[in-house]
Amino acid sequence: MLKDLIDPEYMEALLAATQSAEGPEPAPSYGNRDPLAGLQLDDVQPREGPYHHRLLSYLRQETLPTTFCVGCGGGTVLNCFAQAVDEMAIDPRTIVCVTGIGCSSWIPSPYFKCDTLHTTHGRAIAFATGVKIMKPEMKVIIIAGDGDLAGIGGNHLIHAARRNLDMTVFLVNNFIYGMTGGQVSATTPIGTRTTTTPYANLEHAFKIADVVAAAGASYVARWTTYHVFQLMESMQTAIDKKGFSFVEIISQCPVSYGKMTGMSDPVDILSFIRDSSVALEDAQGVDEEELEGKFVVGKLVERKRSEFGEGLRRLNAERRAKLTEELGRGLRQDTSAMETGR
Amino acid sequence: MNRLPELTENSVREHYLGTLAGREHFIQGDEAAALGAILAGCDFFGGYPITPASEIAEVMARELPNVGGYYVQFEDELASISAVIGAAWAGARSMTATSGPGFSLMQENIGYACMTETPCVIVDVQRSGPSTGQATLPAQGDVMQARWGTHGDHEIIALAPSSAQECADLMIRCFDLAEEFRSPVIFLMDGEIGHLRERVVLPTPDSIECTPRRKGAPDSLVFGGEAVPPMVEFGDGGFVHVTGSTHKEDGMRDVQTQEVHDRLVRRLVSKIADARDRLAMVDIDSQDGASVGVLAYGATARPAQGAVLRARAEGHRVSFCRPVTIWPFPIRQIQRACDGLKRLLVPEMNLGHLSREIERHVSCEVVPISKIGGVIHSSSEIRAEIEEAVAKC
Repeated sequence: MLKDLIDPEYMEALLAATQSAEGPEPAPSYGNRDPLAGLQLDDVQPREGPYHHRLLSYLRQETLPTTFCVGCGGGTVLNCFAQAVDEMAIDPRTIVCVTGIGCSSWIPSPYFKCDTLHTTHGRAIAFATGVKIMKPEMKVIIIAGDGDLAGIGGNHLIHAARRNLDMTVFLVNNFIYGMTGGQVSATTPIGTRTTTTPYANLEHAFKIADVVAAAGASYVARWTTYHVFQLMESMQTAIDKKGFSFVEIISQCPVSYGKMTGMSDPVDILSFIRDSSVALEDAQGVDEEELEGKFVVGKLVERKRSEFGEGLRRLNAERRAKLTEELGRGLRQDTSAMETGR
Repeated sequence: MNRLPELTENSVREHYLGTLAGREHFIQGDEAAALGAILAGCDFFGGYPITPASEIAEVMARELPNVGGYYVQFEDELASISAVIGAAWAGARSMTATSGPGFSLMQENIGYACMTETPCVIVDVQRSGPSTGQATLPAQGDVMQARWGTHGDHEIIALAPSSAQECADLMIRCFDLAEEFRSPVIFLMDGEIGHLRERVVLPTPDSIECTPRRKGAPDSLVFGGEAVPPMVEFGDGGFVHVTGSTHKEDGMRDVQTQEVHDRLVRRLVSKIADARDRLAMVDIDSQDGASVGVLAYGATARPAQGAVLRARAEGHRVSFCRPVTIWPFPIRQIQRACDGLKRLLVPEMNLGHLSREIERHVSCEVVPISKIGGVIHSSSEIRAEIEEAVAKC
């Protein structure tokens, strides 16, 4: 069954490679860098033993196993994120992961070993804004769910995209409030049964990546937990991109979403995600009605806009230069200007 | 004026602050509070416009770029307080300023700041409520919201200024207390003081001893082990885990163990409650043999003090008391101020907030003199109440 989930094109290429005359191609290697290089030797986990995985050193191992349900997409996202960070050779000590409330917020908090700020419901991006302004040299990455970022925190999401502060948002969209047991969310497709729409959801869903693109983000993409390699690549582009970057990750919640939609088997729901995905190129010119219920995957937007943090620092440099000049000329003894607000 | 020597980033800041400080200004309480914050080393302000606190944001927007700090206007008060907390963990001395409606919106994250022990300052320039109420008019209706606005057990520090000068001086104190106790501090101004324009002399930078943030080694316990643990900020390499969920001393969530929650919350409460006497700032002006006293804070302390002085000039013996520290409630000091009194008059611009707290702690009769509707008590009104109380004794 799992075999069905593998991209047939990839399968074909893989088979061709393994059957070629030169023998099997070496498996792709995702960086063998020690993320903790520079720390004391004792801090580095031994790299052998039956349970060792090379990405384990990116996790707070004392918190494992994760609390994710069997078949949850959260583990896939965590895996892709750790791979992405590893390939990019980013020191985890320079990453701050900011999260909200909900299952998806637990992906980095506590599991990913970096500075983690686990905030109140919906406010992750707002907290992250304060962090990034004070620590421009750090990578500020927000991972949270659709309920958190598109629902209760939707206002912060669009304003952060408008402000274009350099940060990265991974919105894990599983169409449901999973942690609270499967209530309808702002991204639940119309007509869907959930515990709070026991007959049918009468509301339209947000196409949240499109909303963020319209709000002015520098980079917007949509991928799924099925498209792991594309997702990883997209995560890297997003982390690298200056400005507000956003990746919507369509993910599966077989427990809370699946139970009311007849997709309790993780494979069923992942198959559904695969079959509902349409590549951006293939969606060009297609009727909107035809795309109803489909996920258009790919890079939606990549643009260059002035970044807010740089603006703030430029302003401060300009003010400092002006004050230096004024102080040097012995001005600024009269504070009346201050009182009148100039 | 001598030509200045080499101007480094720091010396520009110092010189610039020098031009503000040590001089007489004729400014509003809001402006004084903002300049006090600048002198206290505030370098992050996140805010949202609201009457009567907007002037604080305006001054911060004007002055923060001059001292290397950052002003950001957010989409709402929820974002403002969130960013203030985030900035604090990234090393900032951070603050926001708002009024009643915005203060209500901030409550959830004030609780988050209590739980995560985040030093920050929240200015609440109180206005007439509930709801939009009389948006441009003053009140003292947030005394209990400051204390109990967020859910769950917690202790909070709140100071109330009675003059524009105190807006500046106490603001500096607020930042120090925030660092000393690793706690949000509420600066409980009111619209009357916020918009009161009077003489203010800002302290010179060298006369201000800012309490620095106590930081620990990257492997320190950030959330326990002592009453006020040291901080490890983001980027220090400590892999800090900050959460509003119940957590152990190392910051890791443990929301199921009764003892963990009990230990954490009792420590959060006691680190402030145990310092009650140290935190108490109370202006006590008692008269021997007085059986009537007046207790007032914030704006109402001004007409109240005037009324007491006039009553005394007419030969009455009247005690006066003005708590500056509102929370934690200065129990012992207020009890001392009420010693020997039969009646304590408490003029407040609400229907009885602090008077209830006082009643719990003193043996004399507590008489609230409530006035709402956006108009402050006149000195004559309070004097009439004093006369009536004296006559009854």
